[in-house]
Order: sequence, then structure tokens, then C-alpha cells
Amino acid sequence: MASLTAEAAKIGDLTQTRWTEQAWRFVSLADPAVRYACLGTVLLGIVCGLLGSFLVVRRMALLGDALSHAVLPGVALGFLWNLEKDPVAIFIGALVAGLAGSATVSLLTRTTRLKEDTALGMVLASFFGVGLCLMSMFQRLPTGNKSGIETFLFGQAAALGPGDIRVMGSVALVVVLLLVAGYKEFLLVSFDPGFARVLALPTVWFERLLVMLLAFAVVSALQAVGVVLVSAMLIIPAATASLLTDRFHRVLVWSACLGMVSSLSGAFLSFLGTRLPTGPFMVLSASLLFAMALLFSPRQGMVPRWYRQRSQKIRIDHENTLKAIYQVLEAEEFTGETVTVAALAARRRVAPAAAAVEIRSLVSAHYATLSGDRVALTPSGWQRACAIVRNHRLWELYLTHTAQIAADHVHDDAEKIEHVLGEATVRELERRLPRIDTDPHGRPIPSLASAVAGQPASGGASDRPLGYGGRS
Amino acid sequence: MNPEKPPAELGVPPLEIHDLTVAYRNKPVLWGVDLVAPAGQLIGIVGPNGAGKSTLIKACMGLLPCASGWVNAFGKPLSQSLGRVGYVPQRESVDWDFPVSVMDVVLMGRYGKIGLFKRPGAEDRRIARECLEQVQMLPFADRQISNLSGGQQQRVFLARALAQESDLYFMDEPFTGVDAATEAAIIALLQGLRSRGKTILVVHHDLPTARTYFDWLLLLNMRVVAFGPTDQVFTSELLQKTYGGRLTVLSEVAEAVGAKAR
Repeated sequence: MASLTAEAAKIGDLTQTRWTEQAWRFVSLADPAVRYACLGTVLLGIVCGLLGSFLVVRRMALLGDALSHAVLPGVALGFLWNLEKDPVAIFIGALVAGLAGSATVSLLTRTTRLKEDTALGMVLASFFGVGLCLMSMFQRLPTGNKSGIETFLFGQAAALGPGDIRVMGSVALVVVLLLVAGYKEFLLVSFDPGFARVLALPTVWFERLLVMLLAFAVVSALQAVGVVLVSAMLIIPAATASLLTDRFHRVLVWSACLGMVSSLSGAFLSFLGTRLPTGPFMVLSASLLFAMALLFSPRQGMVPRWYRQRSQKIRIDHENTLKAIYQVLEAEEFTGETVTVAALAARRRVAPAAAAVEIRSLVSAHYATLSGDRVALTPSGWQRACAIVRNHRLWELYLTHTAQIAADHVHDDAEKIEHVLGEATVRELERRLPRIDTDPHGRPIPSLASAVAGQPASGGASDRPLGYGGRS
Repeated sequence: MNPEKPPAELGVPPLEIHDLTVAYRNKPVLWGVDLVAPAGQLIGIVGPNGAGKSTLIKACMGLLPCASGWVNAFGKPLSQSLGRVGYVPQRESVDWDFPVSVMDVVLMGRYGKIGLFKRPGAEDRRIARECLEQVQMLPFADRQISNLSGGQQQRVFLARALAQESDLYFMDEPFTGVDAATEAAIIALLQGLRSRGKTILVVHHDLPTARTYFDWLLLLNMRVVAFGPTDQVFTSELLQKTYGGRLTVLSEVAEAVGAKAR
């Protein structure tokens, strides 16, 4: 097939070399075609990322899809203009077709019972179909240089020429300037168009401007990413950005950066092979970035969330073991300072082997020491144990005293609450309860101030005399 | 809020509606509404479901096309005096997952005053913080709006309307999803606005509280049944006319009114 454009053909001659050499050619930017490809994809990524953010936050993702497919007949007619790849003619043709598509959508939704998604789906398919018909007809024309028309389907960054870069650069400039100047207005029109109208903002004009810019973005991206996948470059970087942040200006910045990175790396990957289309590789990189954000984004990522849940589970396990050790010591009325693994296992109602695992985990967290089969708590372990028992019993006391719940109903609830009570809540409970020395079951509530390892304080050792052994 | 500005010109009503008819798909939902709102009053709009309460407000604000009639605010067509009109839409009218903070939303109330293509300044932020303080939402200023309860969202909308610093307010069901304590706080706030000469129209669906909350009532059921001071309009006869036989709670309320009258 000799149907690549002049620039691509030039690269094509050399692509029989190894991929490392191809990579070097790309990174060194020595080849002007590579420079155009890089510049074009960077511009494309920024423009698509910025405008895609609006589609995603306004739940209008399908509009991007419809618009990008609707431009195809315009591309074909732009070709027909002088039967060669004239960037300006194609740009104008595609723009007209895209705007005709969006006008058709709004006409259908306003004048018929059809809902917007149906109208979008219809426009998408029918315009795209017309475009495909026109293109296959032009392919059979006997005269003229038809080369390059199929790059519009899947994109070929290497086919970008200086004319394309001028068009893309102007579009990017207009988009960035308008979004910076009108950020406030675009934000309001997107969030609450009704309120925007009440503020006497020319809402309809901003809406039209946004669709216009979107059409600009789609059309300028066509050559590099292709009609079929432009919508992915609009949606995926913006979707990734909204996983990473929850402020609109940051969504815009993130989305532009992610769009840039994914389109550039897509161009790089497609450049490594011979005559690979660019669009699919760009979308592949964008999807990879999305998957990474889905897995690793600090707040919503699955891995950080899993890690948080796991460390919480470990903490709760530690606290339950510590509590059991405390209870064994308490049952012995604090006569000893150590408990046996067997006694702990009996208390926890688990097999001795399982108890031994729990103990090892405590030891590695420096909460306990193990000598032979006897477990002793370290000072920090003792403090933690007292805190958790105190939380449990304070909560039971609060439920029976303030919420008037029967004493035999409160234990299970306290088993869960004890692990999540924060410092401030505990202080609040202490303030609200008239007396906090014994729980509803008559057991003493340990104080924190008197928590010295293995040395249960007698009353008076702290500002709140609550002695543990006091009851015996 | 801005005492240097006179709340309303003497003799010019803050809101005048003349023969307003609104239709959805050619089916009229509001017929020939005539109304002259007095200045400095807290006005409740009540009526059964489908009576056109929200429709009336939206049509006044120009959010719905009017089949006939006109709406004037402060002696000029409302579209020309929007700078003096504040609006609290229904909470469901926006997507609360939108990536903006509480502060961002309240600042939107300032956009009309800031003007096109300019950024909110320190003064706008100060006013926005003040408005958040008034609805007791200042501690939430930096939260994303999806992390708010329904009542908190409602108060954010109220703060945004306060930030508009208007003389005439339209509020569409500002009490839905709001707990009793918040409702009382909001009413106190509205009464404060009223005593500073602002005129406030509130769509309200709870009849018993409507009587205590509002100075004037508009009884609406696809047309104006009655409009006047609450003690003259809140009568069993007029309520019966407004609600027809559709509400069982009506008879109780009507009885309560009757008992009071006797």
C-alpha cells in the first residue's frame, strides 16, 4: 500500500530498522515528522483533556461520541473540495458536519418525544454511516490524490504536517484562553444552568460556545487519533482526573496533563512498529493510566483502600488480643503480671495455635513479650489494653445510662464501638457520665493515667481515682 | 445586608405579576395569575401537589416560557432587574456529585455582581464566608458538596442566595429534607431578612406551619385562589377551595382554624 502521506512514507522507508533505533529517533526529535507528531499529540491531549472534563462532570459523555462520529461526512466532503488533504478544507467540513450533528440532536429532543440518548445514538450512527459511504465512494474515484483519507478513521500522528499543527495550535490557544477567561461562567453553566440564567448570564451562548469548542477539539484531533477513538481521548483522561480530585479546576489541570501524557506515549508506541495506527495506542495508554488511578489513587484507589482496611483489621485484632490478656489478668485480680498462651486461648475461644499466632503479632508490634509460654505486656501494650477496655466499658455505661438500653443489650455493640471511639469522643463520654468507675456489669473501668505495666494503681494515683483492684 | 441601599422604592411594588399563564406542551398549568406583592413581607406560596407553585416561581424567574402575561420587579420587567432578585432552586435541580466545594457554590451567588470574565475577589470571599456563617455552614466551607446531608445542601443553596444580596427572593421548597431545628433557624433568618425590608416568596408544602411562618399567603391551585395577609386568608373556606376534597389533613387544619376563630 503506497497510500501513506508523504511524511509517513518518509518514515516508512526507514522503519525496517530495529525498534531501539526507532525509539531513539522519536526521543531525539531529529526528524521533523517526529517533531510535528509530538507537537500535534501534545496539543491534542491538552485540548481533549480540557473539554472532556466538561463532558464527564456534566454526564454528557455520549455527546462527545456523537460529535466525533458526526464529523466523518464533513471530512469526506472536505477531501472532495480539491481532492487532496487540505487541513483547512477538512477542518471546515468536519466542523460544519459536527455542528449539524449537534443541531440535529437538539432539534430531535425539542420537537419529538425522543430522549437525548436516543437522539445522540441515532445521529452518531447515521452521520457515521453517511461518512463511510462517501469515503468508500471517493476511494474508487479514478483521479486525484486520495492518500491519507483512511488515516482519519484510526489516526496517524506521523501524517501530521505543518498545516495541521497550525490548525491544532490555534484551536488549543483559543480553547485555553477562553477557558481561563470564562472559567467562572463555564463552571456555573455546567453546575447549575438555571441559576446562571437567573444571574442574567448569557447561558445559552456559553452552552453554544462549549459545543463549538468541543467540535473544534474533535476536529483538530481527528488526524492524529481518528474519528473512531476521539471520544475516548475526551472521556478517559477526564474520568481519570475525576478519580484523582474533587475540585473542578484541578480536574481540568489533571485531565489536560493526563491527556498529554497518554497521547504522547500512544504516538511513541505506534511509532515503534511499522505503519501502526496512533489512535488505538493513545487510548491504550489513557486506559492504562485510568487503571493505575483506579488502583492507586490515594483517596479512592482500590489498593490504598485495601491497605487501610487491612491495617485497621490488624489493629482491631491486636486490640482484641490485648483486651483478652487484660481480662485474664483481671480474672486473677491482677495477682500476676503474665498470662499463659493456654489461658489466653481459652479466653479468646480459639485454638492454642491460633492464640500463639496472635501473640507473635503482638510481640512484633512491641505490645507484648513472650518467654516460654507466658505472655507479659510491655508498657505500651498495657496502655493500649487499658484504653480499649475503658472504651468498651464507657460505651456500655453510656448506652445504659444515657440511652436507657438494658445492661444485657449493650455488650455486642460495645465490641464494635470500642475500636472506633476517638480521643475526643471518649472525653465527651467522660464529661457526660456522672460516674465512671464501674461498668453496667459491675466491673471497674480502668483509668488511663494509672496505666503502668503490670502495676494496677490503687485509687488516688490519678486525678480520677478509679483503681482497678479497688473492688476486690 | 447592605443597609446603604434602600430596600424598595416607595410606592413601587417589589413584584407585580399580571395575567401570567404558563403551559407545558400547550397544556396550561397556571391560569391568569394576577398579583402585587407588598414590600418587606415574608410570603408563603401554598397549594396541593400540581398546583403550579414551583411553576409560578420558575416562570417569574424566566426559567419557563410564559404563554401570556408579564412579570415586573421594582417597576421594571424582571429580566431587567435580575440583579436585585435572589433565587433558591429546588435541591434536586443540580448534580451534587459535581466536583465543587461548598465555598465554590456560595461564591456563585456573587457571580452576577462580579461581572463577566472577572474573578471573585477578597471581598466576595468575605461575603460568602459571612453568608455561610449565617446558615451555620462555615465549618463545611472546604467540603466537597456530595459529602453533605440534604439539610446541609439546602443551607448551602440558601447561603448562595444570601450572597446575591438581593431585595426580592424566590425560594423553591427550601425546607425539604431539613430537620426541625434547621427549619426553625432558616425561618428566623428569613424573618431577619424581612425585617430589613426584603421581600421573600417561599414555596411551602406544610399547611400547619405555613400559618405561623408567613406574613402573607398565596393560596394557589392552577390559579390564584386567594392572596392576602395570613390571618385573612388562612380560613377554612379558602383552604377548602384551594385543596378541594383531596387532603384529609385539611379538615383537621380547617377545624383548628374554626376553633381559633370562635
